Amino acid sequence: MHLHDVWFVIIAVLWTGYFFLEGFDFGVGILTRLLARDERERRVLINTIGPVWDGNEVWLLTAGGATFAAFPDWYATLFSGFYLPLFAILVCLIIRGVAFEYRAKRDGERWKRSWEQAIFWASLLPALLWGVAFANMVHGVAVDHGKEYTGGVLDLVNPYALLGGLVTLSLFTFHGAVFTALKTLGDIRLRARALAQWLGLATVVLAAAFLTWTQVHTGNARSLVALVLAVAALLGALLLNRAGREGWAFAGSGVAVVATVAMFFLALYPDVLPSTLDPAWSLTVTNAASSAYTLKIMTWVAAFFTPLVLLYQGWTYWVFRRRIGVQHIPGPATTVPAAAAVDQP
Amino acid sequence: MDLALAPETIARWQFGVTTVYHFLFVPLTISLAAITAGLETAWVRTGKEKYFHATKFWGKLFLINIAMGVVTGIVQEFQFGMNWSDYSRFVGDVFGAPLAMEALIAFFFESTFIGLWIFGWDKLPRKLHCACIWMVALGTVLSAYFILAANSWMQHPVGYRLNPATGRAQLTDIGAVLFQNTTLVVVAHTLAAAFLTGAAFMVGISAFHLWRTRRQLAAGETVDARKTLVMRTSLRVGLVVAVIAGLGTALSGDSLGKVMFEQQPMKMAAAEALWDKEAPAPFSVFAVGDVAKGHNTVEVEIPGLLSFLAHSDFHSEVPGVNDVAAAEAARYGGSAKDYVPNVPVTYWGFRWMIGFGMTSLVCALAGLWLTRTRRWVAPEMRTAPDEVPRLMLTRDRELGPALTAWSWRIAVLTMGFPLIANSWGWIFTEMGRQPWAVFGLMRTSDAVSPGVSTAEQLTTLTGFTLLYAALAVVEVRLLVTYAKAGPVSSERPPAQDPTLRGPSAGGGDAAAAEDADKPLAFAY
Ligand code: HDD
Ligand code: HEM
Ligand code: HEM
Repeated sequence: MHLHDVWFVIIAVLWTGYFFLEGFDFGVGILTRLLARDERERRVLINTIGPVWDGNEVWLLTAGGATFAAFPDWYATLFSGFYLPLFAILVCLIIRGVAFEYRAKRDGERWKRSWEQAIFWASLLPALLWGVAFANMVHGVAVDHGKEYTGGVLDLVNPYALLGGLVTLSLFTFHGAVFTALKTLGDIRLRARALAQWLGLATVVLAAAFLTWTQVHTGNARSLVALVLAVAALLGALLLNRAGREGWAFAGSGVAVVATVAMFFLALYPDVLPSTLDPAWSLTVTNAASSAYTLKIMTWVAAFFTPLVLLYQGWTYWVFRRRIGVQHIPGPATTVPAAAAVDQP
Repeated sequence: MDLALAPETIARWQFGVTTVYHFLFVPLTISLAAITAGLETAWVRTGKEKYFHATKFWGKLFLINIAMGVVTGIVQEFQFGMNWSDYSRFVGDVFGAPLAMEALIAFFFESTFIGLWIFGWDKLPRKLHCACIWMVALGTVLSAYFILAANSWMQHPVGYRLNPATGRAQLTDIGAVLFQNTTLVVVAHTLAAAFLTGAAFMVGISAFHLWRTRRQLAAGETVDARKTLVMRTSLRVGLVVAVIAGLGTALSGDSLGKVMFEQQPMKMAAAEALWDKEAPAPFSVFAVGDVAKGHNTVEVEIPGLLSFLAHSDFHSEVPGVNDVAAAEAARYGGSAKDYVPNVPVTYWGFRWMIGFGMTSLVCALAGLWLTRTRRWVAPEMRTAPDEVPRLMLTRDRELGPALTAWSWRIAVLTMGFPLIANSWGWIFTEMGRQPWAVFGLMRTSDAVSPGVSTAEQLTTLTGFTLLYAALAVVEVRLLVTYAKAGPVSSERPPAQDPTLRGPSAGGGDAAAAEDADKPLAFAY
């Protein structure tokens, strides 16, 4: 195995980690509108991810940085090519991050409701857009001989990509609902379970259709394994959720996310960005990669620090392992200064 | 094509706007993380409540600030690919490495431990909780280090070779990139400047509260003694940090100047608007007239100082803009004027950086002097003699009221000065490097994404600018509200030091049941 293959795997792992973790963050963000009935329930939802969402997002930054270091051409073509969708995602991530932090910093109906709208939309849009982007990446786009993307933004909007977007959207919402059932107490937990059932059904249908399409278009034997695993995991998660086995159901939806992302990358390899104009112009793990020296240095860094990251992030989840319910939500105003408590426009 | 709308111009504006904006939050984050960590350590070690309140108060302002730092940083990570794709292809092999290390090593640290710190007050034993904020502080410093190593490589490329087959830069020595003297000096200077920034912020807010307390006392109102105590401690901490950091900024700035003279003579010549070589060369304090014209009408100069700054020798020769431009044109082709950066911006940027920053240092020195004894507080506000650390042992002397009022006022008014200095420092550094994106290797005009249309560029430029402007309003309002409210002196530290309970740990069912319904100590 060459180092550039290793780095292809590392980048796949980073994206998988990102979608596994931020996937349920996005889901919980979407559920604040679908599931929560009042202020306290919304706070329960937000606080299930409160301590961890920021760390989850860094998986994305690391995936971006690692792509830059290991496959500069992939980084350059992908992000300059998917310019406007990426811009939309960045705007959402900005608003969402600020929203979690600032929503609680002031009392007042309008203030809170506005940030809640922000959390909902800024979770929903990226969940959809990541699927659109990944579907386009797997499908291939108009890349010319100079490795530049020559299409426009509308070329990225096609049925296959939109279906991919719906898959990630429903998958993340399902994953988030299962996560909520696992992390909460009381009524909201039961409702999360019930909602997960419907979301899971929708996801199975959408994912099966989309992954089969992918398999037919660019698939190979390995991606077929991932496809079967993804669908099986979804069905398993559904059954386990119905049986009330929340921990196992979450493992199931997690495996479904992992297998779906794995399918994307298995279908891609050895390309990293196929060209629809001429297969010879595709970016591949060889022609887009950095030098062997850079890859070697980065391999050492990754080998040392990735386990460390997993260790302390895992520990964080353990520290905050307790389920929370409405009874755990402290009253407001303990931290909000009086001047901030008024409902200002 | 209309030059104002050249892709390069829009991309530069976008990079300038987003990066300068990001860097408004960064210095505060770096310094407040460490200062909060120091305050929490003081609380854990002494158990004094004033340190607990100070930790909570400055920690809260720190959190409001870091939220913006984090989200604006996300844009930074991706915009090289979006707007500067040819740049990314050319440098990825070298430049990507420190960037990836920053994410993997520094960002994970910061973001994971900040979550533990915010939500962990009732979950983690005190010492462990305190260790978390230290990890955040370490993360911010590492993050600054790696990104500055990347930036220094653009200012002074080392440890690479040009691959003849691809025409791209290829890393040959990671050690040279991470440890070249440019990186080390820039890191020292930027960190020192960051601490000056946070310290001035702290001094300004503490002074605001103490001044208000004074006026309340004068009006016969009652004041919250605990709050006052926290603010007095904070003021002193801020002043001490500001003086140390300010001196560090000046010293490291001096070294940075010498490094720059050697590596980028054009930048320094432009910073001085020194058009033709002189020996000895004077330092221009300010100039009237158009510095861009190539001669200055009125100038206030300190003879020989520039020679000294460049070479530690008052008589050495310093090359001027025209000399360097001619040399670069001979070396890289084209005409000399292609190699001249925007002289007025460079010239004034340099002066504003030094001017605003050093004013802060002078204020901090004055503040430290004025508060050298407990005399600076009204008698009613004094507590036990040991409450104010005596860092300047001089004779006690009561201060006149007029001076005092102005002292408070100045402390509040100058709290943003280092922020202004920071921004101008970056604008000077980056614009003085033009026309190069990577000095001597790649021009900025060759660095932009060829495939991105002007309309797309304008969309993102407008989008980010408007979003950032709106968020600035929200952020400033929140900061002002929380800063004005002051510490919540009624808040009590957790009565018991929390213990980390494992799944099988003792405590019995009763303790677990009692714990199960306790509200969270902190929730969004
Ligand atoms: C509070 C902020 C602050 C203050 C008071 C100063 N600086 Fe500074 N300076 C910065 C904040 C800054 C900065 C924003 O942090 C820069 C931009 C890039 C960098 O590394 O630091 C910078 C850059 C910078 C550079 C350009 C380096 C390069 O292009 O490679 C030089 C030569 C100096 N500084 C020198 C000084 C001197 C001689 C100072 C005063 C005695 C001084 N600075 C005060
Ligand atoms: C590692 C860190 C940094 C890198 C890699 C970097 C790189 C760049 C690049 C690629 C550009 C666009 C090309 C150009 O106009 O020169 C640029 C411009 C600029 N950057 Fe930096 N920069 C960094 C940090 C900063 C910071 C922290 C600031 C300020 C807060 C800053 C301020 C600017 C400004 C103002 C411009 C516009 C200059 C102009 O238009 O002439 N940079 N920088
Ligand atoms: C243009 C280059 C830059 C890039 C790509 C960049 C990237 C980022 C990113 C992605 C984050 C968010 C990390 C998180 O989620 O925790 C961030 C935050 C941070 N950056 Fe930047 N940054 C740049 C310039 C700089 C410079 C020049 C410095 C320091 C001198 C700096 C110091 C920091 C620090 C200390 C933080 C964490 C604190 C905070 O979020 O306010 N950055 N940066």
